[in-house]
Amino acid sequence: MPFTLTLVALLVCLALCWRFLGAYLVGVYDGSVHFLNVVERPVYRLLGTDPEAEQSWQRYASSLVVFSGVTLAVTYVVLVLQGHLPLNPQHLGDVNPALAFNTAVSFLTNTNWQNYGGETTMSYFSQVGVLELQQFISAAVGLAVAIAVIRGFARKEQQTIGNFWVDMVRGTIYVLVPFSFLLGVVFVAQGAVDTFSGPVTIHNALTGVSQVIALGPVGFMEAIKQFGTNGGGFFNANSAHPFENPTGLTNFSSIVALLAIPVALTYVFGKMVGALRQGVAVLAVMAVLMGALVGVGTIAESHANPAVVHGGVTATIQGNTEGKETRFGAPTSALTGVSCTVTSTGCANSAYDSYTPMGGFSLLAGMMLGEVSPGGVGSGTYTILLFAIIAVFIGGLMIGRTPEYLGKKIQAREVKLAGIGVLVMPIAVLVLTALAVSLHAGRVATGNAGPHGFSEILYAFTSQGNNNGSAFGGLNGTGDFYQVTGAIAMLVGRFGVIIPALALGGSLAAKKVVPTGLGTFRTDTTMFVGLLTGVVVIVGGLTFFPAAALGPIVEQLSHGKFW
Amino acid sequence: MKALQRSVVLTVVLVVLCGVLYPLAGWGVSQAAFSHQADGSLAANGSVLIGQPWSSAEGINPRWFNGRPDADNPLGLNAPSGTLNDAAGLGLQAGSSGAANLGPRSTVLVGSVERYLAAWRKVGVEDPTPDLVTTSASGIDPDLAPADAYVQVAMVAKARHLAPAVLDRLVASQVHGAQFGFLGAPYVNVLELNEALARLAH
Repeated sequence: MPFTLTLVALLVCLALCWRFLGAYLVGVYDGSVHFLNVVERPVYRLLGTDPEAEQSWQRYASSLVVFSGVTLAVTYVVLVLQGHLPLNPQHLGDVNPALAFNTAVSFLTNTNWQNYGGETTMSYFSQVGVLELQQFISAAVGLAVAIAVIRGFARKEQQTIGNFWVDMVRGTIYVLVPFSFLLGVVFVAQGAVDTFSGPVTIHNALTGVSQVIALGPVGFMEAIKQFGTNGGGFFNANSAHPFENPTGLTNFSSIVALLAIPVALTYVFGKMVGALRQGVAVLAVMAVLMGALVGVGTIAESHANPAVVHGGVTATIQGNTEGKETRFGAPTSALTGVSCTVTSTGCANSAYDSYTPMGGFSLLAGMMLGEVSPGGVGSGTYTILLFAIIAVFIGGLMIGRTPEYLGKKIQAREVKLAGIGVLVMPIAVLVLTALAVSLHAGRVATGNAGPHGFSEILYAFTSQGNNNGSAFGGLNGTGDFYQVTGAIAMLVGRFGVIIPALALGGSLAAKKVVPTGLGTFRTDTTMFVGLLTGVVVIVGGLTFFPAAALGPIVEQLSHGKFW
Repeated sequence: MKALQRSVVLTVVLVVLCGVLYPLAGWGVSQAAFSHQADGSLAANGSVLIGQPWSSAEGINPRWFNGRPDADNPLGLNAPSGTLNDAAGLGLQAGSSGAANLGPRSTVLVGSVERYLAAWRKVGVEDPTPDLVTTSASGIDPDLAPADAYVQVAMVAKARHLAPAVLDRLVASQVHGAQFGFLGAPYVNVLELNEALARLAH
């Protein structure tokens, strides 16, 4: 019953985010929200950009790529030099080049895959100075691209899709920083730590045992970690750590924070294209997919862990407790897990590697569907719009007419761009997974034997290719093989989708709008919701079913077998 | 070239705003308004938010309510080899955190469940709950589900020569309901419970 109430409360909060955060986002990006003009104007002067001047999609994309290169370099340099930088009370050494490169790419691409334990690897300077910085930047970039692509859908016969520099500044100062700050206050008030002092040693007089306790500037990093759908935790245990996610309230706030912007962006889409129902249709697809995954995940995790039963424990009421925190319980842990994996958030409040086979599959499936239910900040929106193009194309083929979406004729160029954007992720994931299982360096890193070991590898590349960042944590990603292949998956999964999406936006912005006629295939109906859901499921299903069959599915079917 | 110059300027602006001002302001608010929490909710005997070791490498200490098994709380075992808990080699592990990451059909997990089960049976807890034979996600879970505490009552009562009914009442008095009645799960904080036990025994 409490869990049902949690779901109801979540729906209410998300409905409010959809309506009000959505309206606020519209205002932020069309310039009607401007109460921070005093901050904005000087920044534009420094940048030497006229906030009214807009860019073509090529300019927008090249600005984004150059900017990403600069922040990547800054992050890398800070990490490899951290031993010589301040705010390092534990005297942690420089991060080795391979790990620094993987980590810099990971945070740049909003993935937050972590081949390290935070409290034993990263200095406070690295954590707040560059990793937290990238958590803001990567979210702002995702938002900017989503808005630019939506502008493409909304505009007619125009050559521009916005100004990258202006979108970055506005997203950061009006959206990410203020809301994160409020959320940070909630986290710290509930018990998340936030200090620049080093670890403390505590002596327990009752048992006579001393204990070292790692601390750090955690609470406010938590806020952007969740609100920006980043997920890179301060501690190794991430959101399971009592100093990162101390209570039921912080856990619930995390779920709302991760879903807030992706859900609100469907309102933005509807509003900007001038028909809210179009946004609702996209939201409905996301809700159907996420709802199904939450159902599978929570039911699976409410069942006992097979290994625990086999080990001789008779009581099973607590569900699968291995790798879960008592204060959250199994169902809430599974809800959080699914919420993180469907929003491209790499945090975890439970150990995904120890989920039951179907529980683990519900996490994998959220990513395999392309991170569109509702996906990460911005990335979920532009990715599902690529799927929408494919859906109207298929709809057009079925009824034998030129497909249209929002009054724009969808022609070969648009379908090709959407096809590239949709397929680049599965290609990267499957090729790299195949490579990993074929090489000794790939196989030797697994932490579990049998099909579960394969699931660990598949999960790793699915997570990185979708810029999620969560892991089946038994896999040891610290070898050069995973550092390099992982970085490739993350870069391809990010820029291989962003660039075709921006190109699509540019192409649509230039098109004429044809008036709706009797023969128009409507995209704000239940029929379209069904078609788009089907396209997402079929593309993901056809691509990944064979791989999933070798991992979680065979594991689920192997009653009584242990490896 | 223009793009590169703008990228550098924007990076500097964002470093100042998001990498310096934001964390400093957050730290300032934390220390000014919530200094107890911000410093780790430290109490006389540790932190209520970080799991305390009650058992030792020799086994479960029946005089205390024991937390869930972890590298911190070995119940007579070391952490399964290859788990992240050992990664830092810090000894007592609240300095580093992480899960065992063993899969649901792992023979290693079956083995560790069997050994934790044997450790509990050795101190007279015949039917431990799943929580008590499985490790948490953080490796430093500070809490027990109420059922996990009640199942240890007979053990503690015997070791301390106290009436089980008294300890049942003690546990009941320490149960935190789900937050606001519905967020998360009901739990007992092990440190608070054992501090209350120490006061009771005194």
